[in-house]
Order: sequence, then structure tokens, then C-alpha cells
Amino acid sequence: MPDKVYPRLLGAGDGCLVVEYGEAIDMDVNRRVAALAASVREMGFPGFLDAVPTYRSLAVYFDPVVADVKALQRRLGGMMVSTGAGAGSSVRRVVVVPVLYGGDDGTDLENVAAHTGLAADEVVRRHSANDCYCYMLGFTPGFAYLGGMDPSLETPRLKNPRELIPAGSVGIAGKQTGIYSIASPGGWQLIGRTPMMMFDQDRDPAIFLEAGMWVRFRPVDRAEFDAVESATAGRTYRPEILEEESA
Amino acid sequence: MSGSLALSVQMPGMLTTVQDSGRWSHQGQGMPVAGAMDMQSFRLGNILVGNEENAAALEVTLLGPTLEVTEGEAVAAVTGAELGFKVNGAPVPNWTAVTVRAGDVLGFGSPSFGCRAYLCISGGVDVPLVMGSRSTYTRAKVGGYEGRALKKGDTLRCGEAAPLWRRCEGLVCPAELRPSRDPSAPLRVLPGPQEDCFTDKGLASFYGTEYAISNSADRMGYRMDGEPIEHSGPADIISDAIPLGAVQVPGHGQPIVMLADRQTTGGYTKIGVVCSVDTSALAQRLPGAVVSFTRVALEEAVELVRGEARARDGLRAMRAAWRSSGARPVQARPSGSAIIRVDGVEHAVCWEEIEEVK
Repeated sequence: MPDKVYPRLLGAGDGCLVVEYGEAIDMDVNRRVAALAASVREMGFPGFLDAVPTYRSLAVYFDPVVADVKALQRRLGGMMVSTGAGAGSSVRRVVVVPVLYGGDDGTDLENVAAHTGLAADEVVRRHSANDCYCYMLGFTPGFAYLGGMDPSLETPRLKNPRELIPAGSVGIAGKQTGIYSIASPGGWQLIGRTPMMMFDQDRDPAIFLEAGMWVRFRPVDRAEFDAVESATAGRTYRPEILEEESA
Repeated sequence: MSGSLALSVQMPGMLTTVQDSGRWSHQGQGMPVAGAMDMQSFRLGNILVGNEENAAALEVTLLGPTLEVTEGEAVAAVTGAELGFKVNGAPVPNWTAVTVRAGDVLGFGSPSFGCRAYLCISGGVDVPLVMGSRSTYTRAKVGGYEGRALKKGDTLRCGEAAPLWRRCEGLVCPAELRPSRDPSAPLRVLPGPQEDCFTDKGLASFYGTEYAISNSADRMGYRMDGEPIEHSGPADIISDAIPLGAVQVPGHGQPIVMLADRQTTGGYTKIGVVCSVDTSALAQRLPGAVVSFTRVALEEAVELVRGEARARDGLRAMRAAWRSSGARPVQARPSGSAIIRVDGVEHAVCWEEIEEVK
């Protein structure tokens, strides 16, 4: 089979076109996806429904009764080539996620320490030292696929997944770290929990994280955890979102 | 004008949820679309009762609920599956707008065809808008009635009906405008974004043999059982978006057709994407039913969607004629409008252009 040539435009049903920029989890590829997503949303077109960025592709959803599919194919075909890797996006947006590490909501912190041979304090330090890049959201509303965890923290999933994990739990699964956005079953090693809800349908916006943003885990103590939790419950909590010049 | 409808749930039925055309434009943040599983039946039902076509309705699954009207008056219509709809115990045909009022009991009997029916009510079901939609997505407890299926004792309210709703009574969607729900018709499929991840033998299995709907068939997706579909390489991909109707084939080789409550993204190869009109047809089939897949071109798929839009336009035109019968002009006004009287109530009618009558 001949090698695939990127970017490429693929059909995905009568109401969806997909632009693929590559076949790897790669920040440069992902930035081109984000740039194209921004261009498509900005352009808009009659019948446009949604633009969904993922690791290495963008899905564009539309109503084929209103949109002209052939014209849209030509237009996206041109845009996918002309869109550079995040031209002009030298500012990176960082969401600060307060985390209470260990304790009842981070019962696997000791597992991770034992597996990695690090002290629990050191696991916490390394987990919160690196900002993580949000490649995409999926799995559940507000769940971020993050990259950039310190590789020394890599720990396999639990052998027996838990039936119910509370929303806000912060975990490690292999090379990945993530935050459970809603209560759900799962097998990640839980090292802590954030009181900040990644998804709250009664808040505007219900989900503040977007693909292309960064996540900075900040260790907090019980008192601060409780304060953020009550502000979240009262819907007065505003996440700290920093805008920093990228290095 | 009488007040809008209130309903009390006496029996919830097997799975009765509030649905509309879905929660769009948040898939990039992981929020599934949800919405009616049989979109065309849902939309035609809304047109029958005088609503905008995407107004929230109840999606009734197989064994329907019993609902008592506790307040108000409205027109209602059931479309989609034949689940034995009745009012005060008397059978009422599907695809027909009927008036219901306080004291009436809306019920369902034994299912005779299909799986999902839509109970549409003038004014629409009034639950809070969540991220732009009233659809229920039960897995994350989002939207609809408290994010869940109806339970005994729930009270539902409807919105204020559009003018002339009363005149919809007796309107019937003719058979030629209803979606075809031939249970043996093959599902039409467009090639999927990972068609190149399958061998010729795998493609021949998918398009050339029959599959049975397994018991793992719900609003999220229908898993099929049949000849395993052979991959040419790995069955897993880097997670990407899952459109409606996507046919995922995990390593076990059995296809899964992804439907309304599908996750926004997933990591299995997609051999094809079922045409949107046929995802509605599939939603009316039950576990054990045999399905086959046939490949079509994009032009044909788009024409199928347009055909459904024309059917809805056709029903709207019928509704306009039905509701205007007996209207009497009262007063012509300058600047393109006139007052007409319908059932003793005056309405303003506006137009943009007039044509000479030849």
C-alpha cells in the first residue's frame, strides 16, 4: 500500500469531513489541527454544526441539506494545506488545577511511589512540576487527553478497575495523566483530587478546558481544597487561567 | 387561551427520555450529541402538532409510559414505532394529531412494529436548556428531565404552543411522507475514514454477509454479530472523532454502529459510516434482527437526506393548508399584511410579494 500523504481529506458519512495531518501524537501535528479548527469556526458556513479537533485530525460536521458537500470538500482541501502550525499563537493559555494529593481521594499515591521507587512527596513534586498539554477532549464531557507528564511517573493501570471514581479524581495510567470529569468507572491510579469541576452543566461555560490549552497541577492543602470546593458548589469559583508567552 | 399542558408520570415505561435534535457544537469538549434516535419521525411529529421541527419530545422505547394530563390542553401525535398508543384506553393511530386535555390518560399497549416512538406535544416538553439542547444524555446525567429517564411521579410541563396549534387537530402525515422502515432493507453505508485498514476479505465480509443485532444495542450503539471483519493491520488507531453511524470494528472483528449517545471520540478503526437516514431505520430494529450493509456513493447519501427534508416541507405545506381552511379575511392592511379570522380569533398574515392571478 502506498504511503499516506498528509494532510489528507477523508469522508466520514453524509454530514462529516475529516482532515488528517499525520499518524502520530505530536504537538506540531496537533497545533495544525487546532489552527484549522480555529479557521473553520471563524469562517463558518451555512449548515455548519461542529468542528472537533483530536490528536491528529479535525472532524467538521455539517447539515448536508444546507451545506454543499462538494464545495465544502474543495474549500477544506485548500484550507488544510494553507493552514500553518498555529501561526501567531505565541501565547499559551494555562489552566491552574488545584489538587489535594494523597489521602482518601488519592489512595494510589503509595502505589505510584512504590512502582517508581520515588518518595510520595517526590511523586507530587514531579507531577505538579510539568505543565501538561491538552491535545483533545473526549471519553466523557470535559475529559482532557493530556501529554507531557514526567516520564519517571509512568505506572500501569490498576489490575481491577474501580466501579465508581468521584469526579475530579486525578490519576495516572501508563504514560498518561488525567482528571476524571464526571463520576465513572475506571482503572487509573488515583493520586489526588481537584475540587474544581471540569464539567458542570449548570455553569457557563460548562467546560472551560479546550484542546490546545495547558494544565498546571498545583498542590493545595485541605483548607484550600475545602474553600475551592465550596466556591465551586456555590458556582462562584472562577478557574485561574494564565496567559503566558511560550518559551 | 388555555394553559399549557402538564403531565404526571403514572408509569415510566421501559426507557422514556426527553430528546430534541441534539446537543451540537460541544463535541470538541467531549460532550456527546445525543438527541432523537429516529430523527425523521421525531421531526415529522413536531410538524404535526404545530411545533418547530426540533422541539423537545418524549422518546418512548418499546414499552411505553402511562401519563396523566393534569393541566391544560394541547395537540399530541405519536410517530415512529407502533407501540399501541391510546388515549383513555382507546387506540389512537400513529402519525395523527389529536387533542388531549386535563383528565386524559395517555398510554401505550403492546409494541407491534419498531422500537422507538416519539410523543410530540404542541409547545414541546419544557425542560431547561443545557448547552443549547434539551436532549437527555443519561451517562453524564445531562439535560432532559434531571438528566435521566422518566420515573413514576415525575411532573412534566410543556411550553406555550405556537399560534393555531388547535387547528392541527386531525392532521395526518400521509404514508408517502413517512420514512420507509422496511425491516429487511440493507443499511446504506459510505466508506469510512479507515477503510484502508481492512483487507479485501474483511470488506467482503462486511458488505457481503449478514449480521445479527446483538443484545448490546442501546442509544450509544448497536453491536452486531456475524463473520469477523479482517483488518490489514492493527485494529486500534489514535483516537479521533466518531460521527453518527460510524461502523467501528475493534480487534474482535464484530462491527458496532455508533448512534445518538456515542462518545465524541474513540480509538477503533471505522470501516464505514451508515447514512444518517438509515441510522434512524436501524434505531427501529431490535436485537436478533438480521441486517446487511450496502455501499453507496456520497451523492446518493446526500439525496436521501434531502428527500427527508422535502418530506418535512411537504408536511408543513399540508399543515398550512389544513390550518387555513375556513379562515376568513377581515381587514386588508397596507404594507403587505392582512387580518384574518380563524375560529373566532384574529391573526395577522404577512407576505413579501404578490403575483397576478392568471
